Amino acid sequence: MLVQILFYGFSLLLIAAALGVIVTRNPVHSALCLVVAFFTSAALWLLIEAEFLAIVLVLVYVGAVMVLFLFVVMMLDINVEEVRKGFTRHAWVGWVAAFVVIAQIVGVYWFKGLGIDATVGAAPLPEGYSNTRALGEVLYTQYVYPFELAAVLLLVAIVAAIALTMRRRPGLKAQDVAKQVAVRREDRVRLVKMPAERRDEGSAP
Amino acid sequence: MITLQHMLTLSGILFALAVAGIFINRKNVILLLMCIELMLLAVNFSFVSFSRFLGNLDGQVFVFFVLTVAAAESAIGLAILVVLFRERRSINVEDLDTLKG
Repeated sequence: MLVQILFYGFSLLLIAAALGVIVTRNPVHSALCLVVAFFTSAALWLLIEAEFLAIVLVLVYVGAVMVLFLFVVMMLDINVEEVRKGFTRHAWVGWVAAFVVIAQIVGVYWFKGLGIDATVGAAPLPEGYSNTRALGEVLYTQYVYPFELAAVLLLVAIVAAIALTMRRRPGLKAQDVAKQVAVRREDRVRLVKMPAERRDEGSAP
Repeated sequence: MITLQHMLTLSGILFALAVAGIFINRKNVILLLMCIELMLLAVNFSFVSFSRFLGNLDGQVFVFFVLTVAAAESAIGLAILVVLFRERRSINVEDLDTLKG
C-alpha cells in the first residue's frame, strides 16, 4: 500500500515536472523542472529496486549534465520574448502528437499484450541481493568491451567539447613559455663585422 | 503493487510529453536538447522496468551505456550551442538557415 502511494505520488510529480519542462517560458525554469524530473525518476527506480542506476542518475544527470545545462542557459544572453514568439500557434500539433504517441505506446501492451503477463508484480529479490554487485559482475565480464568503448567515448567527448569551445582571442598578450625556452642564440644576437674607425684627436666626446 | 503496466504507461506518457515539447519549443535549441534528455529518460524507464520485471540484468547494463552516451551527447551539444551563440548571437532555430534547407 505504501509502495503504491509512493509510486503514484512520484509519478504525478514526474509528469508535472515534465509538463513544466515543456511549457514554462523561462529556460532556467525548464532546466530546474528537468532536475526535479530526474530526482523523481531516481526515486521511482529505487522503488523498483534498481538502486545503482538511481544513484547514477542523480550523480550523472543532476550532478553533471543539468549543472552544465544551467551554466549554458545562464551564460548565454537569450532574449526569451523573441524565442517564445509564436509559442501557442503550433502547440496543438504538439498535443496531438503527444496523444498519438501515448495511444500507440499504451495501446500496444494494454490491448495486444507483449507475449508476457504485464499485470503481475516483480519477483521478490533473494535475501542479501545487491543490485550494484550483480550489475558489476555482468558489466566487467560479459560487457567489458562495451564498457571500455564507453570510456573511450567519454574521452572523445571531453576532447571534442574542449576543442569546440576553445578560442584564440586576437590581441591577447600572453607569454608562450615553450617558445621562450626554445629560443637560440642565433635568433636574438647578430654579430656585425665592421672596420675599425679612427677617432680624430680633439673632437673626443 | 507496481506492475510492468504501470511503469510502461508512465514511460509512455513521459515520452509523449517530450515529443510534444519538441513540437511546442521548436524555436529554442536549449529546450530541444532538454526534450531529448527527457525522451532518453523515458526510454531508460522502460529499459529498467523490463529488466526488473523480467528478471534480466542486461537492460540495466544498457541503461548504463545510454547514460554514458547521453552525457557525451549533451556535453558536445552544449559546446556546439555555445560556439553557435558566439557566432550568431542567437539560438533561434529559424536563424540557422545558412544551408538554405
